Amino acid sequence: MQALLDNLDRLWSGFLTTLGMSVAAAVIATILGTILAAFRVSPLPPLRALGATYVQLVRNTPLTAVFFIVIFGLPAVDVTFQNFFIAAIVALSVYTAAFVCEVVRSGINSVSTGQAEAARAIGLTFGQSLRDVVLPQAFRSVVPPLGNLWIALVKNSAIAGGGFAVADIAQLAPSLARDNPAQVLAIFGGIALAYMVITVPSGIAVGVIERRTAILR
Amino acid sequence: MRVRRLTAACAALGLVALAGCSSEAGNDATAPDATVPVEEEVQFDEGTTMAELAEAGAITVGTKFDQPGFGLVSPDGVPEGFDVEIAKIIAAKLGIAPEDIEWVETISANREPFLQQGQVDMVAATYTINDDRKELIDFAGPYYVAGQDIMVAAGNPLGVEGEESLADIRVCSVNGSTPAGYVQENYPDADLTLFDEYSLCAEALKNDQVDAVTTDNVILTSFVAQDPEAFELVDNPFTEEPYGIGIPKGDDDFRTFINDVLEESFEDGSWAAAWDATAGAITGAPAPEPPAVDRY
Repeated sequence: MQALLDNLDRLWSGFLTTLGMSVAAAVIATILGTILAAFRVSPLPPLRALGATYVQLVRNTPLTAVFFIVIFGLPAVDVTFQNFFIAAIVALSVYTAAFVCEVVRSGINSVSTGQAEAARAIGLTFGQSLRDVVLPQAFRSVVPPLGNLWIALVKNSAIAGGGFAVADIAQLAPSLARDNPAQVLAIFGGIALAYMVITVPSGIAVGVIERRTAILR
Repeated sequence: MRVRRLTAACAALGLVALAGCSSEAGNDATAPDATVPVEEEVQFDEGTTMAELAEAGAITVGTKFDQPGFGLVSPDGVPEGFDVEIAKIIAAKLGIAPEDIEWVETISANREPFLQQGQVDMVAATYTINDDRKELIDFAGPYYVAGQDIMVAAGNPLGVEGEESLADIRVCSVNGSTPAGYVQENYPDADLTLFDEYSLCAEALKNDQVDAVTTDNVILTSFVAQDPEAFELVDNPFTEEPYGIGIPKGDDDFRTFINDVLEESFEDGSWAAAWDATAGAITGAPAPEPPAVDRY
């Protein structure tokens, strides 16, 4: 424990890095994933194919490999990012968006077709009916799985620190363990606890949001 | 015992073939004569670790699986390198043939726990001897002394001369390693990038994502030897990293035994032969003077 208490400043800055990276990736992944879901239910076959290809390609690639491609693959074709923090946000967003897409799509499918038909009947375009009628109902029914994705994203972000040069809370563990070889278990336990500080309240918040936004059927 | 002798001969042949391959990679390493022959009749005092291991005819050794020249696992799952050869020499003196050694991957962070929990009998894994670690485990050796150095892009565009430059450049090392700790402690404001493998640091250096890589010179030398057009060694080492054999705390008989074996290997040339076949074959450097064993 002493090793953690002696390094509270590094712990705090690592914690903020983890949180910042996760929040940024969550926002981008939600937007990108929703756009992809719209592609997948769109009436235009090329867009449907694009959305389906993205999901299959990214969902079936290990996250570590996605990090590899973003950090070491893209520079080979002259795509570089300002720093490893931004590169990590890109990798996490790209990866999580595929899962968000499928969650949102299942939400869209859960809205009865009558809703979309009624929207079209009063003259809304496909885009308008999706935005104003279908998606608001769809999101309400997928709060729990989206919460799952957020929690998974926070923990996945440890790959950025564990292997890919982001000074997050996971990166701290090995150097603290090196300097305090007698406290290795306490150090790793403490780091795990720091993730729970984010994920456990998130889980409770998701439960509250779920109850507040539930659709009474 | 006939089978034993045959397998030892095969192992020796394999080693020669290995050195041959390494030489083709661009360096003129001389093929080693052979590893130390496996002792056929071993006698140890009842109750010692040596007697137990010799009786079992097997030993579990922790080593690195990702360190070219010291401990790098081959596609068939058997590690190769200088640490591995040293462990084989020790095992041979216990009457244990190389194929009866069980190799376990130890990374920097789990070496002490593995020894304390008895998951390995000894650790030969570029394991720097220091006082913090000596409180938890014991060290035989050292059997090699490395030094922290800096690798830069070929041509040294930033004119890096030595450790003072670390404060002003983007430097890369491996998270949790001793060299990374040296930078964190002595240059706390340095722009330090931490990956989990040195090969990633080398890749980042190639991509101009960092300006330099710092760690023990033996590791850097192997990168430079593999790609001399991309990398260059500053060659101004600034620390001493004595590599030792880690064993469980308090087993003084075992420690003395390993120290004796190491000294014997320094004298009879098997230590130098092991170097030439492994790290020396990659870097092309002749075997250095063996260090003095520290019997604390």
